[in-house]
Amino acid sequence: MSDSQPQDAGNAPRTPPRTLFDKLWDAHVVTPESEDAPAVLFIDLHLVHEVTSPQGFDTLRARGIPVRRPDRTLATLDHSTPTTPPDADGTRHYYTPQARSQVEQLERNCEEFGIRLEGWDSAQRGVVHVMGPEIGATQPGMTVVCGDSHTATHGAFGALAFGIGTTEVGYVLATQCLLQRKPRSMRITVDGSLGTGVGAKDLILHIIRTIGVNGGTGHVIEYAGSAIEALSMEQRMTVCNMSIEAGARAGMIAPDQKTIDYLRGRPLCPQGEAFDTAADGWLALRSDAEAAFDREVHIDAAEVQPTLTWGIDPGMSMPVGARVPEAGGPGVDRALHYMGLSGGAPLLGHPVDIVFIGSCTNGRISDLREAASVLQGREVAEGTRMLVVPGSEAVRRQAEQEGLHRVFLEAGAEWREPGCSMCLAMNGDLVPPGKTAVSTSNRNFEGRQGPGSRTHLASPLTAAACAVAGRVVDPRDYLAAKTGEAA
Amino acid sequence: MDAFKTLTGPMLVLPQENIDTDQIIPGRFLTATSFDGMGDHAFADWRYDSDGNPLEDCVLNEPRAAASPILVAGRNFGCGSSREHAPRALLGFGFRVVISSEIADIFRSNSQNVGLLPVVLDEAVHRQLLAMDGESLTVDLEACEVTAPDGARHGFDIDGFARYCLLNGMDRLDYLLAQDNNITRYEESHER
Ligand code: SF4
Repeated sequence: MSDSQPQDAGNAPRTPPRTLFDKLWDAHVVTPESEDAPAVLFIDLHLVHEVTSPQGFDTLRARGIPVRRPDRTLATLDHSTPTTPPDADGTRHYYTPQARSQVEQLERNCEEFGIRLEGWDSAQRGVVHVMGPEIGATQPGMTVVCGDSHTATHGAFGALAFGIGTTEVGYVLATQCLLQRKPRSMRITVDGSLGTGVGAKDLILHIIRTIGVNGGTGHVIEYAGSAIEALSMEQRMTVCNMSIEAGARAGMIAPDQKTIDYLRGRPLCPQGEAFDTAADGWLALRSDAEAAFDREVHIDAAEVQPTLTWGIDPGMSMPVGARVPEAGGPGVDRALHYMGLSGGAPLLGHPVDIVFIGSCTNGRISDLREAASVLQGREVAEGTRMLVVPGSEAVRRQAEQEGLHRVFLEAGAEWREPGCSMCLAMNGDLVPPGKTAVSTSNRNFEGRQGPGSRTHLASPLTAAACAVAGRVVDPRDYLAAKTGEAA
Repeated sequence: MDAFKTLTGPMLVLPQENIDTDQIIPGRFLTATSFDGMGDHAFADWRYDSDGNPLEDCVLNEPRAAASPILVAGRNFGCGSSREHAPRALLGFGFRVVISSEIADIFRSNSQNVGLLPVVLDEAVHRQLLAMDGESLTVDLEACEVTAPDGARHGFDIDGFARYCLLNGMDRLDYLLAQDNNITRYEESHER
């Protein structure tokens, strides 16, 4: 395996060794970059949601131009949507009239421009980064964009996936292309194995703390190494999802047999023989052995502990058993004050008001299974509210088939309809001012989960354990095998 | 997009590092389907208490804030989400230039796309400007330099294409639409 030759399509002359990112970049250049102008890059898949698209469609309307490739455009409703069920007559309880009109506007735009919308009547609807891979829209080797910074999630499949602004949404709708300067490359190699009770979320929080919230700025990250290979596809998505929290343009992982096995049979993937042919090409995308990266980082998986954020950016995290930093320095003081913590105090035992399980980081079926394994036969602590929001209709169906929703409901948690929900609190699911939340989402910025909300990011296992205890605890004391003790 | 050539005006300094887009424009304002009026909500949770009353100790509420076209902010400005509402809110508030020692990728490209000039200066110069709140600065995009209140000139780097677009108020969509032949050729050769 190690003696790899660059695998060129056709019989082009031998090229220097290339990274996974180089191969994807090269394959999508419509017009090469020059000193005077960025590259024109072709986009294979454009994902659209209600929040960042309306002004993009307006641009097309104002100029009287169609969507160039409706067949490469896929829309969903997720951010502004209520997660409470509709009334018997179908009435949905939007948080505000603007939220309703934003959703209705996307419905109209999709109708007018001929775009496939996984809307209210779809059995696939979900958070854009949960849904795309589930239905096989996301495939290795693709360029994927969305007006959403967590688009890097799709990089778990060996796609080059990144977030864009609304003006660029308009560009892609109109031309299926973007203007891009090629970012630098960075490889984060994680070797060894993660300990019991330590998951992909802990790993990515650990990585962000290690390289810093701006550590990936200007770079596309490739995650590699034995600990990454050992992750399931869902766990790989959790890792790639938070690349932006380290400032990176994108995060990606080379396709392997797990990638192929996950995708086989998904509705939007090639089927039958065509799938096998595609899969051969996907496996050849991995970085060549000799390929050079602009920056290399090594992480030892054994060092990763269950990790929570204590402060107001995703880099302000710590192993669950550690103490928050001592006061001193404007950044730390502001964070301690906002979070209602004293410098040097342990986080263990800190009271928790709200627990949120969901989002494009940790709203997949494996995340819900982990949370349910902790809650099985236990109850959410009195005075603590727990919200479980599946990432998509498919996740909801699967969870209900497995009876996970019953575990949540019997424990006293709320079981909601799919959506972004409390991850960014646009739809009315919010953390009240001054309340402390342990959340499986991806951002702990001031006010992210509602004005004055105090967010501790954590894994589904940790979040569920904190819900049972009503305070911050070490999830390893609550693993399924230990049911009955430690409460 | 309005063209930008050169500008002289007072700086407003927000020294915090890692000011994220949720601070610049909180999520609850993203249900708007137009960018009009976005400036009213810029830094809403810094400027107003939970009842909507202006907070007196917030520099953004001082009369000079709305009259300052240049925002000088701590390192890693604009990190977080891809919401274009953030540079739009800053423009709406009255800023035309954002200066830091580091500006997050997506925020930077969004800013360039909507006509807010992002300027990255090296750390020493940035540190000096952070201590000059309220003083006047000249930002010259043609010369790619800023002139500090003490008369010292400092060059900055900006992508040549982004500079061209800003200087001429050029919409990148026109440039992309003009690539139609190349795009069609690409589609034909890559999609059998
Ligand atoms: S779940 Fe959160 S991070 Fe993910 S797309 Fe929705 S709002 Fe964005």
